[in-house]
Amino acid sequence: MLLLPAAVLLALFTHYPAIANLWHSFFSTPRGARKAVFIGLDNYRQLVDDPIFWQALSNNLWYAAGTIPVSIAIALVMAVWVNGRLPGRGVLRLAYFTPTILPMIAVANIWLFFYTPGYGLLEQLLGALGLGSHNWLGSRATALPAVMVVAIWKEAGFFMIFYLAALQSMSPYLAEAAAIEGASRWYFFRRVTFPLLMPTTLFVLVNAVINAFRLVDHIVVMTRGGPDNATELLLYYIYETGFRFWDSAYAAALTMVLLVLLGLAALAQFLFLERRTHYR
Amino acid sequence: MNDVSAAATRVYDPAGFWRALETAAAWLLGFLWVLPLLYAFWTAFHPAEFSTHLSLTAPLTLDNFVKAWNAAPFARYFLNTMMLVTMVLAAQLVIVTLAAYAFARFDFPGRNVAFALVLVQLMIMPDVLIVENYRTMAELGLKDTILAIGLPYMASAFGIFLLRQTFKTVPAELDEAARVEGCSPLQTLWKVYVPLARPTYLAYALVSVSYHWNNFLWPLIITNSVETRPVTVGLQVFSAGDQGIDWSIITAATLLSTGPLLVAFLLFQRQFVQSFMRAGIR
Repeated sequence: MLLLPAAVLLALFTHYPAIANLWHSFFSTPRGARKAVFIGLDNYRQLVDDPIFWQALSNNLWYAAGTIPVSIAIALVMAVWVNGRLPGRGVLRLAYFTPTILPMIAVANIWLFFYTPGYGLLEQLLGALGLGSHNWLGSRATALPAVMVVAIWKEAGFFMIFYLAALQSMSPYLAEAAAIEGASRWYFFRRVTFPLLMPTTLFVLVNAVINAFRLVDHIVVMTRGGPDNATELLLYYIYETGFRFWDSAYAAALTMVLLVLLGLAALAQFLFLERRTHYR
Repeated sequence: MNDVSAAATRVYDPAGFWRALETAAAWLLGFLWVLPLLYAFWTAFHPAEFSTHLSLTAPLTLDNFVKAWNAAPFARYFLNTMMLVTMVLAAQLVIVTLAAYAFARFDFPGRNVAFALVLVQLMIMPDVLIVENYRTMAELGLKDTILAIGLPYMASAFGIFLLRQTFKTVPAELDEAARVEGCSPLQTLWKVYVPLARPTYLAYALVSVSYHWNNFLWPLIITNSVETRPVTVGLQVFSAGDQGIDWSIITAATLLSTGPLLVAFLLFQRQFVQSFMRAGIR
């Protein structure tokens, strides 16, 4: 009885759509008077032959491979710094964390301006150093990395918080004991701190993976998948297909790919987390 | 405790040259991190011709904010966001509390399966099910309503998980004592569990409010009019529109739309940070 409201809403907006999505991916998109008809695997055949889909998939994997390790590494460094006794760490913590609470859509606007060729701050800084102008978001080679920088900037402070919480809950006697044993600082970090942070790292990793596939707000603002599909990510492609070209059946097939990817991530987490973290 | 930990953690604090180097590096990173925001502030508070060259003599102005405010119905967008955030949070608190209580303190057949089904939402969030949820909303006749923006998020798996953990730490004796006093399960929940979980509620509320204040893609899809658009979508409609070139006004609008959240964050930053920390430890 207590579960009823939650169960109904979850079923309606999580379980049902996931299954209905599979169902609809076997049909054609209804257009005007033409009803949706069963077309079997046609949508998936189209998908296999769709170069933009493959581009979006590979972009997304590169995007994940680039943003996840870098943002986690920066987050860890930030947490160690802010946890230490550096002067002004309160201000630093604020500086690192602020991007996290701002809407992606808003900060994407700011970054868009930051990157503007010939205009933005980045250009002026490079100009002052004597380097030429470059259209960061407008050229195929730099558009995806430029978007990745924004994601890293936005997420590192968020992940920092989790590391900070873990660091603060660590017993101070560990450091004392290690120091008595003569362990160097780096050795202590590598052999004691980092292993103890493993559960946090895994938790952060899972969040980072989900976000790499879930968050495309900045793409909408900054590049719209361009130039020439260089920043096309999977969810953005789903959005374009479903709500700009109104091809809902093909979008359903694309969504299935995303769901399978997320399912694999969940499976990996389950197998890995259950085995490696015995702290609970 | 604090003294001990301070003394002990200092064992591995850098000293001398390393300390200076690390401090410099930490500050450099901090500076890089706020640079885009500082730049946005500079642009928004100065006339357009100063947005490209930074000079100390540039006059301050609020013109950009006035222009932005008048160019789009931001007041309405703010009202929409407020309604959305309040509605989602209120519904979440009720739904999540009931479900978490059931999972934490009642043994019923299929509990583990049911809980696993809840956790599915942690991985497959409503954000990726946009195509089907749009179809459902159309069938329910809820397209372009504020309710439709919030509905998929109301049964929050994250909230159920978080609160279940907290409820499980409540001593069973307290629960039994309340029952002996003649409280029904719901009264026990209200009088024993909810008050004890207050810090968790605060943490969850802050996370939820900032999530829904910032959410964009789903509201963009499901809304279509000034009366329903939250401020994030309003900002995008505004800056992608015809005035797309005047950066001073766009950055002013951007700061305007993030203003309340930013001010709230700066005022309550300690609570914010601690809430996010609490939400992360599980």
